[in-house]
Amino acid sequence: MAQPLAKKDDDRDDEAEYSPFIGIEKGSVLQEARVFNDPQLDPRRCSQVITKLLYLLNQGESFTKVEATEVFFSVTKLFQSKDLGLRRMVYLIIKELSPSADEVIIVTSSLMKDMNSKTDMYRANAIRVLCRITDGTLLTQIERYLKQAIVDKNHVVASAALVSGVHLLQTNPEIVKRWSNEVQESVQSRAGLVQFHALALLHQIRQNDRLAVSKLVTSLTRGTVRSPLAQCLLIRYTSQVIRESGQNTQTGERPFYNYLDSCLRHKAEMVIFEAARAITELSGVTNQELTPAITVLQLFLNSSKPVLRFAAVRTLNKVAMTHPMAVTNCNIDMESLISDQNRSIATLAITTLLKTGNESSVDRLMKQITNFMSDIADEFKIVVVEAIRSLCLKFPLKYRALMNFLSSILREEGGFEYKKAIVDSIVILIRDIPEAKESGLFHLCEFIEDCEFTYLSTQILHFLGNEGPKTSDPSKYIRYIYNRVILENATVRASAVSTLAKFGALVDSLKPRIFVLLRRCLFDSDDEVRDRATLYLNTIGGDGSVGETDKDVKDFLFGSLDVPLANLETCLKNYEPSEESFDIDSVPKEVKSQPLAEKKAPGKKPAALGALPTGPTSTIDAYEKLLSSIPEFSGFGQLFKSSVPMELTEAETEYSVNVVKHIYDGHVVFQFNCTNTIPEQLLENVCVIMDATEAEEFSEVASKPLRSLPYDSPGQTFVAFEKPVGVPAVGKFSNMLKFIVKEVDPATGETDEDGVEDEYQLEDLEVLPADYILKVGVSNFRNAWESMGPDNERVDEYGLGARESLTEAVNAVINILGMQPCEGTEVVPNNSRSHTCLLAGVFIGNAKVLVRLSFGIDGPKQVAMKLAVRSEDETVSDAIHEIIASG
Amino acid sequence: MANFGTYQESCPSVKNILLLDSEGKRVAVKYYSDDWPTINAKFSFEKSVFTKTQKTNARTEAEIAMLDSNIIVYKFIQDLHFFVTGGDDENELILVTVLQGFFDAVALLLRSNVDKREALENLDLILLCLDEIVDGGMILETDANVIAGKVASHTMDAGAPLSEQTITQALATAREHLARSLLNFFLEDLLVAFILLFSVMAQGTLVVSAGSIDEL
Repeated sequence: MAQPLAKKDDDRDDEAEYSPFIGIEKGSVLQEARVFNDPQLDPRRCSQVITKLLYLLNQGESFTKVEATEVFFSVTKLFQSKDLGLRRMVYLIIKELSPSADEVIIVTSSLMKDMNSKTDMYRANAIRVLCRITDGTLLTQIERYLKQAIVDKNHVVASAALVSGVHLLQTNPEIVKRWSNEVQESVQSRAGLVQFHALALLHQIRQNDRLAVSKLVTSLTRGTVRSPLAQCLLIRYTSQVIRESGQNTQTGERPFYNYLDSCLRHKAEMVIFEAARAITELSGVTNQELTPAITVLQLFLNSSKPVLRFAAVRTLNKVAMTHPMAVTNCNIDMESLISDQNRSIATLAITTLLKTGNESSVDRLMKQITNFMSDIADEFKIVVVEAIRSLCLKFPLKYRALMNFLSSILREEGGFEYKKAIVDSIVILIRDIPEAKESGLFHLCEFIEDCEFTYLSTQILHFLGNEGPKTSDPSKYIRYIYNRVILENATVRASAVSTLAKFGALVDSLKPRIFVLLRRCLFDSDDEVRDRATLYLNTIGGDGSVGETDKDVKDFLFGSLDVPLANLETCLKNYEPSEESFDIDSVPKEVKSQPLAEKKAPGKKPAALGALPTGPTSTIDAYEKLLSSIPEFSGFGQLFKSSVPMELTEAETEYSVNVVKHIYDGHVVFQFNCTNTIPEQLLENVCVIMDATEAEEFSEVASKPLRSLPYDSPGQTFVAFEKPVGVPAVGKFSNMLKFIVKEVDPATGETDEDGVEDEYQLEDLEVLPADYILKVGVSNFRNAWESMGPDNERVDEYGLGARESLTEAVNAVINILGMQPCEGTEVVPNNSRSHTCLLAGVFIGNAKVLVRLSFGIDGPKQVAMKLAVRSEDETVSDAIHEIIASG
Repeated sequence: MANFGTYQESCPSVKNILLLDSEGKRVAVKYYSDDWPTINAKFSFEKSVFTKTQKTNARTEAEIAMLDSNIIVYKFIQDLHFFVTGGDDENELILVTVLQGFFDAVALLLRSNVDKREALENLDLILLCLDEIVDGGMILETDANVIAGKVASHTMDAGAPLSEQTITQALATAREHLARSLLNFFLEDLLVAFILLFSVMAQGTLVVSAGSIDEL
């Protein structure tokens, strides 16, 4: 035993670099691979060479086509050897080499022989290799053996066949689907993993058949599932079934909930967690349903295993976004996680606490976070900053503590992204919380005194120029701004000059002093800085006479360019210097993106570690692009809203049609998305005949038929209606799909010359008041409400009649109005007798609307509602009342 | 593997398994998803995984981290770093079960002598082990004893030297042989001495039998 030690001493120099593969070279290994061709095979030596080849591949070395082919051919010779170990390595390298179709044929017979061998190890592996490299034609030959293997009594063989089936289903679904009887049988297997693999395959075979999946889940949730993995799988399928069956919260009982609940008491942690997670993700989950799941997650928070703690805190973090109250029980456990060794866990714990915390706990939390911030990476700090920003918007009264925190971390070391997140947060807080303005601006000024990022300095200077002059004492900012002119690089100096000019234009008392400063800038070493200084000195009137141009000056300094920057940029690039000067009016003004983007509440960003969901703006953009490309609709102006697609046909019918309603100021365009599901038919001249007898205010102006609709490639046809401008006209339309149908031979793709005219009845569609309201949330409802003022307020009371519960009444009203619930007020606490719900939106004509709904319920479930509406326009307030009165 | 994405939402799946050394270099890796299509993408993923986890202590319990919306569970022993990656909606505990299965199976196969040197010398076992745990992203087996059993049942006798050896390695093997023969020598000596002793005690009979053999 002492011997290895002695050896170490001798080789100490080489020890660090030691590897049996040292100095290995592709060329020489390929040479060595010739031993595969020896008439007398040396299994051990062959195995070693294969290991070396695999080592090379694993290190990222790649073989050329010729090299790979050569190796593959010599490897096939090794099937002669009976050596078990060598055969194993042969299987491995064949998979790694992934031979081409014409090469596969050479090993097929050897592998098929192995598939029928008496050695289980051969059979299992040969199945996996063959299925990996095979193509469709070969598969039919071996199908019989695979079916047998699926029900083989050796579970390794069965698993190998089932897993291969899962992979083959992607490429040859029609063949694998024929195995469902065998797969069904092996779902009942005694071996846990066979059951797992069989379940996975069976579900994938049947995934498009909802009824079959539902049956499968029903039978298995009653039976026995052996392995924890299979149990996890079953939980996933169960929640899928729950999701698709739609919630019947009215009746209270959710199907399969009891099964999920029972899994919370399973002995395997992975099953418990899977079930808990499934419960938290149920749509419209109630607090009562959540409680048992939260309880087990809380236990996990105190586990000694980091992975368990992470899994639990990550799930709770997600729950906190929708049900903050349900998570508050775990706050104490969560607070102890702030000091967790694993920084991901600590960050998740903090952001969860920031979401669930109440006003009184903010100060204590901030103290804990301050200690924590110093030793985490920037990416985590950004998450925390974003969480603090949304907390501050939630509790505006606490801005002082939170603003101080932001300014203190702004002074510390950090990268660009981190600093940018802090600066953005401060800017947003200044914008939304008027009281925070002075201190926020002061913190930003402090920051630019010592800021290494040009981008941030210029952004702050720009912001300062807009906000600073409106404060009580603008003069105190001048020092910070002028310091930039003295100390910074040209870019920052130039923007500091602009900022000074803005102060000069707005604050008369400062004007003479600003002029002195601007004149000094005339001697700057940089062109841009000098140009700007000269320009501003002349526009604001260096001689002190501003006079009648005052308004122009302000427009020039503060107004934005009324052309999109991207368009301006392309135009400037195309402009060739000539006699004619560049005309800004020639720049196209079409905005490519929705104005919505500006109004999107920035505080609503989910502050999770995971990926952000892509916003709905992209689909609206796509619609707008599509519609503006159709000349008939180009004169309708700006698209106000596009509804979500609504099905007009039952599922699985011959033709599937759904409709999207596009609302314009004075028009409505219906976009019918049609799909032809019959391979033997080609539809031509497809259009929708809309009957508007029940929609008096609408009159049809244009229709755009679809030239041709081949099998399985969706197409669109449009119908446009005119309606009174700015009025939320409603109505009901009955629809008929009209087309010429032509026979197609699916085999050859040939189409018959003659077509027959045909019709197909679609379901009715309605234009509702909600179609005229955009869901646009506000981050601070109270502020928005106060600033809107009571001038256009309309208040009235309504009786909603008997309702199942308060929740149902609240949801019904939200759906009728189609507005965005704010501050989580759409959730009604259990057993409460009254509730206030806050809604925000934008009415057609771009009028902001805020709604405050107060609900009350009495003994016999009679619900009464007080509706208060504030908007920028009193007619809009009245319109909202009308909607409710008629709804 | 091209259609990997279509079933991952319902079936637990593994995106890759990595075994790196203490400098972040590959010992053995296996990718099952197309998230990292090029060799450079793979290398840079490994590099960021390694740097992100390097300073953590994952020696007693498996640790966990998130990187580019992937979940990585990992465990270290000696100069070996074990990683298993899954999508960010994957059940963390399933991933850690795979990791533990791999980790324990390797420990069994290397007879608890788990370090980079030993792993490289038995790279064939490690690769077979990976092959038995996950097939194209689907979990095949997570029980370390079963995995190790499947791998070990068809390997060559352990300790077989590779055909091409460096001088150091050759020397080391030679020394090992020498030591073994020395030990054998010693044992032989002992045996001889014992026989001698025995023969002295039973000299009479021996002489007689010797004589009779001579006669034959």
